[in-house]
Amino acid sequence: MRQLTLMYFAWVREAVGLDEERIDLPAPDVTVRDLIGLLAARDGAYAEAFADPARLRAALDQRFVTLDSVIGEAKELALFPPVTGG
Amino acid sequence: MSRVSIQAEDFDPAAELAALEGLGGGGVASFTGIVRGEGRLVALELEHYPAMTQVQVERIVEEAMSRWPLLGARVIHRYGRLEPGARIVFVGTTSRHRTAALESCAFLIDWLKSEAPFWKKEHFADRTAWVEARAEDAAKAQSWRGEG
Repeated sequence: MRQLTLMYFAWVREAVGLDEERIDLPAPDVTVRDLIGLLAARDGAYAEAFADPARLRAALDQRFVTLDSVIGEAKELALFPPVTGG
Repeated sequence: MSRVSIQAEDFDPAAELAALEGLGGGGVASFTGIVRGEGRLVALELEHYPAMTQVQVERIVEEAMSRWPLLGARVIHRYGRLEPGARIVFVGTTSRHRTAALESCAFLIDWLKSEAPFWKKEHFADRTAWVEARAEDAAKAQSWRGEG
């Protein structure tokens, strides 16, 4: 089974208490939204952080993507709130 | 030519403007973002996505270079803990014509707000709060799509 690196930023990082972690990718055709659902199915802090996908944005291999994007061959998925730079 | 710096250190806007003036355009436009000290803010903390930030801001600058006839563009974005009055971001553009310089400068700052992986956290004396993205900022960034 292939591994995927998950990275968290801002309040998502604080909520789960981790900068990054590695997970087993269930299948290559899962979407970002599917993975958020898997994370939400974990207990406690994860359930809370990932309960509402509408609050989250994502990047696959350092490119912004929609939550309905397929993970495919990507190595790194970042999950975070909408950006507030500038 | 264009250059992007993502850095913790402060920068010198006068030196950046002088460098842009040296490129021989007819005009230079710039924007410097400063930490506002409203609401008893003690500091603003900027987090970013190191593996992505530089390349993503370069993509944004490339987009500006492709839309306007620019002789140069310079973007500096800081991260880390910044106190009220501190400079956060610098955008400078130069072109033979003022419209291109001014419009591309506005475009760059609008897109940096909505398309660059930075997150701001406000530190007050007794609490902290992550800054929420504003719908009007997203709308401004979106308004440049299909234009230029």
